[in-house]
Amino acid sequence: MRKPFARNLLVSGAIALASFTVGTVAIAAGGTEHPPHRHWHFQGPFGTFDRAAAQRGFQVYQEVCAACHSLSLVAYRNLTELGLTENQVKGLIKDITVTDLNDEGAPVDRPARPSDRFKKPFPNQAAAAAANNGKAPPDLSVIVKAREYGPDYIYGILTGYVPYDKLTPAQIKEFDVKKDDNFNKYFPGHKIAMAPPLSDDKVTYADGTKATLDQEAADVTEFLAWASEPHMEDRKRTGVRVILFLIALAGMMYAVKRMVWADKH
Amino acid sequence: MASSHGTPPVFNNKVVAWIDHRLPIFSYIEKEYHTFPTPRNFNYFWNFGAIATVMLVLMIATGIVLATNYTPHVLMAFDSVERIDRDVPQGWLIRDLHMNGASFFFIAVYIHIFRGMYYGSYKAPRELLWILGVVIFLLMMATAFMGYVLPWGQMSFWGATVITNLFSAIPIVGESIVTWLWGGFAVDNPTLNRFFALHYLLPFIIVGVVALHVVALHVHGSNNPTGIDPKGPQDTVPFHPYYTMKDGFGVMVFLIVYAGFVFFAPDYLGHPDNYIPADPLVTPAHIVPEWYFLPFYAILRAIPDKLGGVLAMFGAIAVLFILPWLDTSRVRSCTFRPIYKWFMMFLVVDVIVLGICGSKPPEGFWVPLSQLATLYYFAHFLVVLPILGKIERPLPLPPSIADSVLKKKAV
Repeated sequence: MRKPFARNLLVSGAIALASFTVGTVAIAAGGTEHPPHRHWHFQGPFGTFDRAAAQRGFQVYQEVCAACHSLSLVAYRNLTELGLTENQVKGLIKDITVTDLNDEGAPVDRPARPSDRFKKPFPNQAAAAAANNGKAPPDLSVIVKAREYGPDYIYGILTGYVPYDKLTPAQIKEFDVKKDDNFNKYFPGHKIAMAPPLSDDKVTYADGTKATLDQEAADVTEFLAWASEPHMEDRKRTGVRVILFLIALAGMMYAVKRMVWADKH
Repeated sequence: MASSHGTPPVFNNKVVAWIDHRLPIFSYIEKEYHTFPTPRNFNYFWNFGAIATVMLVLMIATGIVLATNYTPHVLMAFDSVERIDRDVPQGWLIRDLHMNGASFFFIAVYIHIFRGMYYGSYKAPRELLWILGVVIFLLMMATAFMGYVLPWGQMSFWGATVITNLFSAIPIVGESIVTWLWGGFAVDNPTLNRFFALHYLLPFIIVGVVALHVVALHVHGSNNPTGIDPKGPQDTVPFHPYYTMKDGFGVMVFLIVYAGFVFFAPDYLGHPDNYIPADPLVTPAHIVPEWYFLPFYAILRAIPDKLGGVLAMFGAIAVLFILPWLDTSRVRSCTFRPIYKWFMMFLVVDVIVLGICGSKPPEGFWVPLSQLATLYYFAHFLVVLPILGKIERPLPLPPSIADSVLKKKAV
């Protein structure tokens, strides 16, 4: 999710020499473009998920992404954490049937329950690969944590397609782009198997928000960021309390230490 | 109940006295952690032994809880870790504490090692104390490596593949050793199972070696920033309350920084690829180990020959074992070694440079840079240390610890 170089800066303390910075920039320039940084509602030490955006993002996932991408670690009941009521969740899944075994051990279809994990679009990896030119579309459960630049990358991919006729001859030559290929500015190697999934008015938002490509991409990224780490808000809230507690305790320890040492200095 | 050093303590509590008469644990605690005479001039670098101990206990405590919820199977390991994160109450907290705890354990230990090197804590009569420390460091590396494999992400799998494959460089028996390590002909379920078993076992062996480390420490007592031995009671203070309180404060400050990562950047020190489930058919673009292994990884790759690289990497740690005999200087502390002090600082820079090289793909100018840095690493220990000790003229040592403390105060 973070740049390895930034991590090394931290690890190496303040002694990251200027020459290395120059070297890194020079190397990075030769590869794929970095996705531009966007501000996300969930960023920063106090950032929270934008519930409305994440709910819209769920709609985008459900109506568009779910045709190919599973979200196998998330259960329908988890949607209540996004502000949906239990009845709303039950309403959302009333038409979904899942395969299960009955008491005699025979496979049967039954209506989905809130405790079920999101239904996968394909019965298994091989079927997913067979339906998608030999490579299964990745599961999206932790996708935001599983890519460098995290949400910026997801948003970048969704909005970073360049039509064949907008490519420069140099690009076509360098990356060996064919007319049927999908060219994406932010995908490593640029040629991506996924056709542009989103476009203006691909969905009709229930809350009346205008469904531009940008809006859809930002919303589904917000949703997937939540799916990747549903407890993020809890983590930050706990962190504030823990750190305040530790600072108070450290202050007390310092005072005690000063008192104890008073006669030795 | 308190007593001055040297006379056996008298316990007023009858139960305590009864037990102590039969099993002298209270006398031991009294002698080793209360009245134990400790140099009065420690700086905050001397906190890191206590900090490392706290981290070790924290890692074992969180690790046992994680183990109760983890499934060591190639098809289930990744999801079981995610289940801990999502469905186990406060599981995310335990996991974030554990995975960042590894990094912060290494941070504490690296600072502790630096302290030992800078102030000459490895010199006579503390050679075995130092060697036990290097053994702990090796055990930590093995434990951390196997722990990183357990989530069975892409870096777990490919890290395990790369590191276990190193043993194939050994002539004749190499391939057999690798098969034996894997428990098969590839990194697979048997590998994961044994790594889990060993990852659970090794920390307790570390506890045992830490106990020996502490026993060895308490024979001659701690070194100190001047590197000269305490000459009498005016040079020392009882361990408690002076250093228990100072260590307590240091531990709290360290935990604040640690908590900052755990709660606000839990994945910052990790690699995003490890959130991709392991796939033996897809190699990540760059296989990199965790940050605390990067300097050694750079040394491994700096040597163009596979066996040579493996030997250099292990040699980089082996050289630490003989450090007490490589240093020929009579003076312990760098404070009084005007030239070596700068070589020591340069070694720190060198290791950081190696760390950065280790995180980069082995191409372009990173290759000669890592070779240069590797060369200095070994030259430092094998050339600079033995020669400099003979030719360097150390600064005059203060007559006593108390003297140096009081003089500093006067300035």
